[in-house]
Amino acid sequence: MLPDIPQNLYYLLGAVLFTIGAVGVITRRNAIIVFMCIELMLNAVNLTFIASGNFLNSLDGVIFVFFIMAVAAAEAAVGLAIFVLIFRLKGTINVDDIHLLKG
Amino acid sequence: MIPASEFKWILPEIILTGWALVLLLIGGFSKGALSSRISGILCLVGSFSALFCTLNLWGVNIDIFNKLYTIDDYGTFLKVVFLIVLTLVTIISFRYTEREGIASGEYYSLLMFGVLGMMVMVSSHHFITIFIGLEVMSLSIYILCGLLRNNVKSVEASLKYFLLGAFATAFLLYGIALIYGSTGILDLVELKRYLLTKQPFAVTMFLAGIGLLIVGFGFKIASVPFHMWTPDVYQGAPTSITAYMATGVKAAAFGALVRVFYTALLPFICGWSTILWVIAVLTMCIGNITALVQRDVKRLLAYSSIAHAGYILVAFITGDREFTSSILFYLLVYTFMNIGAFTVVIMLGRNGEENTDIDSYAGLGVRRPFIALCMSIFLLSLAGIPPLAGFAGKFYVISAAVKSQYYWLAVIAVLNSVVAAYYYLRIITNMYFKEPIRELGVIDDAPQYGFVMLVCVWALFHMGIFPRMFILLAQQATRIFL
Repeated sequence: MLPDIPQNLYYLLGAVLFTIGAVGVITRRNAIIVFMCIELMLNAVNLTFIASGNFLNSLDGVIFVFFIMAVAAAEAAVGLAIFVLIFRLKGTINVDDIHLLKG
Repeated sequence: MIPASEFKWILPEIILTGWALVLLLIGGFSKGALSSRISGILCLVGSFSALFCTLNLWGVNIDIFNKLYTIDDYGTFLKVVFLIVLTLVTIISFRYTEREGIASGEYYSLLMFGVLGMMVMVSSHHFITIFIGLEVMSLSIYILCGLLRNNVKSVEASLKYFLLGAFATAFLLYGIALIYGSTGILDLVELKRYLLTKQPFAVTMFLAGIGLLIVGFGFKIASVPFHMWTPDVYQGAPTSITAYMATGVKAAAFGALVRVFYTALLPFICGWSTILWVIAVLTMCIGNITALVQRDVKRLLAYSSIAHAGYILVAFITGDREFTSSILFYLLVYTFMNIGAFTVVIMLGRNGEENTDIDSYAGLGVRRPFIALCMSIFLLSLAGIPPLAGFAGKFYVISAAVKSQYYWLAVIAVLNSVVAAYYYLRIITNMYFKEPIRELGVIDDAPQYGFVMLVCVWALFHMGIFPRMFILLAQQATRIFL
């Protein structure tokens, strides 16, 4: 019989994943990896929702996760299309090379 | 069980969805100038019928679909603003899409889906619905930004907006998750009831949630320090979409922000109003000061839109529910002056060449007096010169700050609007007191642009001289927060 994992650890794991994702978005240069980091952040959110829904005995959190997953899929479709477009025009998806618009 | 009769309250949303799908079908089956014109006219008809249905909802306050959706005057007021944006942008798009060769079926249907998202976003008391609305709006606009598929700038704007928008969404969602984790509630009204009686069981987590919500919304309303994307995206996107973003998206984001913070989080006002005080001051100052050195009119208007977000935040942080009406009034006024100004920007451009640098405006007063006069009215209104509506909007916002005893904030806002006058007047002096620097060629002259400009000018004078009626409507709309 395994001991129960305390509630706070779930939240901590969520926070750590979210931070890793956020740092990744800021430091990584490849647009697809940046996008993967955003997905990681969304999954941290999902984890937090499911954990709190479980502890609070409420279904709202779990339902919210379904919506997040559906929206993330739609976002991926749009995002990858944009990456393809920019690759066609510039031959790179490195966000450092995408700097035509600068003030 | 949901009674079928509840669907009658969301008729405007149903109309928009239906028309958008029809337009998508038309766009899929036929290309060319004729289908482009037909799509435009259909989009106009759709937005007018949705506007008509929305106006009929005025005065209805009702929760539907198990409290997942709310019809109230606040939402209806904002919906009318969005539909005005949709109508005006559609009219200016007739020529613009033809000129730039934008595939028009998708264009109009995405415009409608974007407005649908905005409408859903501001008319709900539930975090799930707000999130869905926000995403429907954002996804449409990511695509709209990149619709000039062979223009690197446009696609780049789309990429930037997409990455930063998705990043901001993650923050917003994490904020919601933390609030949910510390209270177990996703409904704003229930959350307010809960917070009035007891503390959340994890206060730190709850406060962190509020902070993340501010970050998430801060991106959407383009407040400093989350404003980096704004000038780039506004400059790169097709100009009609820039007008749409600067007015519609901003109004929607503010609408949702006000609803979330004034309904649910008002008991915690001491926590968030200080943070937002700093953000408002930074937004006004950085927006205006950076705008001073811009040479590109689209970028200049982008920075000015950042500064205007700051003015609206001034009224927002008072937390006084009586003054929420000034936010709504400001958003309405801002819609007309911005769409007007961007219409002029569109007229001066040509296919592939936008002529948005400030030198293109030199001598416009002699060559095209009517266009120059309209542009001057829009810019003076943005600067807040009476008797134009921009002045009335600023007056109500700043008087809200004074009445709530935020004196320093009011002083900073007034000083900022003095600074702002400089860069607006610079364009006007360029138009009237300078010789044309280079030949501009033919100005894209279509009756649609003239119509939109006249509507905007009329609205600005009307709301500037007789603001009372609109203020009363806005006050009725914000009565739900009292």
